[in-house]
Amino acid sequence: MSSMLGKRAVSSFISLMVLIVLVFFLSRLTGDPAALYLPVDASEAMRDNFREIHGLNDPVLVQFTHYITDLVCFDFGDSLRKARPALEVVLDSFTWTLQLALITMALVSAAAIALGSLAAFHVGSWLDRLASGLSLIGASAPDFWIAIVGIVLFSVTLGWLPTSGTGTVWHWVLPIAVLFIRPFGLILQVVRGSMITALGSAYVKTARAKGVRNRPVIFVHTLRNAMLPVITVIGDQAAALLNGAVVVETIFGFPGVGKLMIDSILQRDFNVILAAIMVTALAIFLMNLLIDIAYALLDPRIRT
Amino acid sequence: MATPTTDDTKAPGALRRYARMLWADKLACAAALFLLMMLLFAVFGPTLLDGAASKQNLRARNAAPFTLERGFLYLLGGDALGRPLLARIIVAAQNTLVIAAGAVAASMAVGATLGLIAGYAGRTTGEVIMRLADVIMSFPSLLLAVIVLYMLEPSIGNLVLVLAITRIPIYLRTTRAEVLEVRERMFVQAAQVMGASTLRIIFRHILPVILPTLLTIATLDFAFVMLAESALSFLGIGIQPPEITWGLMVSQGRQYLTSAWWLAFWPGLAIILTTMSLNLLSSWMRIALNPTQRWRLELGGKRND
Repeated sequence: MSSMLGKRAVSSFISLMVLIVLVFFLSRLTGDPAALYLPVDASEAMRDNFREIHGLNDPVLVQFTHYITDLVCFDFGDSLRKARPALEVVLDSFTWTLQLALITMALVSAAAIALGSLAAFHVGSWLDRLASGLSLIGASAPDFWIAIVGIVLFSVTLGWLPTSGTGTVWHWVLPIAVLFIRPFGLILQVVRGSMITALGSAYVKTARAKGVRNRPVIFVHTLRNAMLPVITVIGDQAAALLNGAVVVETIFGFPGVGKLMIDSILQRDFNVILAAIMVTALAIFLMNLLIDIAYALLDPRIRT
Repeated sequence: MATPTTDDTKAPGALRRYARMLWADKLACAAALFLLMMLLFAVFGPTLLDGAASKQNLRARNAAPFTLERGFLYLLGGDALGRPLLARIIVAAQNTLVIAAGAVAASMAVGATLGLIAGYAGRTTGEVIMRLADVIMSFPSLLLAVIVLYMLEPSIGNLVLVLAITRIPIYLRTTRAEVLEVRERMFVQAAQVMGASTLRIIFRHILPVILPTLLTIATLDFAFVMLAESALSFLGIGIQPPEITWGLMVSQGRQYLTSAWWLAFWPGLAIILTTMSLNLLSSWMRIALNPTQRWRLELGGKRND
């Protein structure tokens, strides 16, 4: 197990490095920040001064070596837009996204496992059809459109929920509801399929034949084995939640890392883009690690 | 190299067989008909309706839907410049579908080829290819697309490229996993023993076995790519006006949410119905293209999965 972790860490590190090098050079091709941050009538001397202060006058390769040497000392540079350390800016917004993702994934997992198992016990029932209908909608619905329709319905027409921003509990309802839909549909499908397989397996039939009652069969024999593929999907979906977060945070004005990334890209705030990429990549790596540990806890065969 | 078309000799029979299987699953049948309609829109829409879809009529600004007084094209209302929404949705079908189809075709071709190589070639080649896939997979695909797309110029070609790159790992991994399994089967080993060339084994014996899986994934992925494209266009870094896609139409209608909800609603509904049809068709294909599952559709259409 530990050798596998080491391999995983090395390959993740290489992936991250490739990504950083690509983004570093490509982002500098998008244009000159001085054109964005200084007034239109700023003199060439002022622009030059701005570039000099932020080290943008050096050749790109020199800038890159500076960046990497600073990075080794955990210095991610400063944000152009906020004049604060980039890492600080990223971590601030990352905690918002993390909360959003954790709450959403907790709700999604609980709901999907409950409904998916029920659907698997009663294959072909109305519950089962409801479950497949829900997962079909989850896989088909564009999240930005759901968000807009939600705003029109619940904020504008009914006036129940705020349209955007943060502050009260009510501000969280719509973003979580929109983020909920896609992973819910997918995980629901996997839970259902995996439970059906487990219920039809030889060890469950044996247990039933031996007269084990329904409840122990479900909780001791079936659920534990059926959870293995489910955990993998939950992990994948938690990472994919960041995709949805970009859209949802932009629409609802939520100060998370998705919105920060879009804003920094549009504002050519290079240091923040890079720091945000590194922080999210690290978070995804840690989450995969958790998934592996959960896997090992559930399946003793993997531990060796 | 002849592509494997074993059904070629009995093509009319096979066609009728699939048609009957499609008829057995009414939902998939409806989905197929809807997709066919969208396909016709995409092919003929722009030539027939381009004039009507871009002609501004300031009297019909944000015209309400469900009235025929301005003519059939205003059935779904007018947009902020008085252009008929129905015509615009039909015209936008082309860009939307072309981008998704291009991205899916490109990622499937590249992904499947790399997957075949990774599965059939030696270990080191396979490892290198898999690490490449890991680089792409290590980061959320939409964020990756946002970053790359902003650095390239947003155009249809670049959008296809970016979306294709983010989807390659799906096909690569599936193909490789299937190849690793199939190459150990008896008929492949028999072909090897009989001295068939590597290319012949791959194209004649392995590819036909994994093609149904790839096609099913591609159908599902078409929906995913469509959603990704519309999200990018919605964020303003995908397709740029005056080109239109459904996602861009939703984004343009967003400012008029409180006064004219239909501007953003209809194009979103078009996206939802198309992706839903693709999902339904994909789950039908999963059964219809699998010889051991086919009977479910051939026995009077009673589904008991």
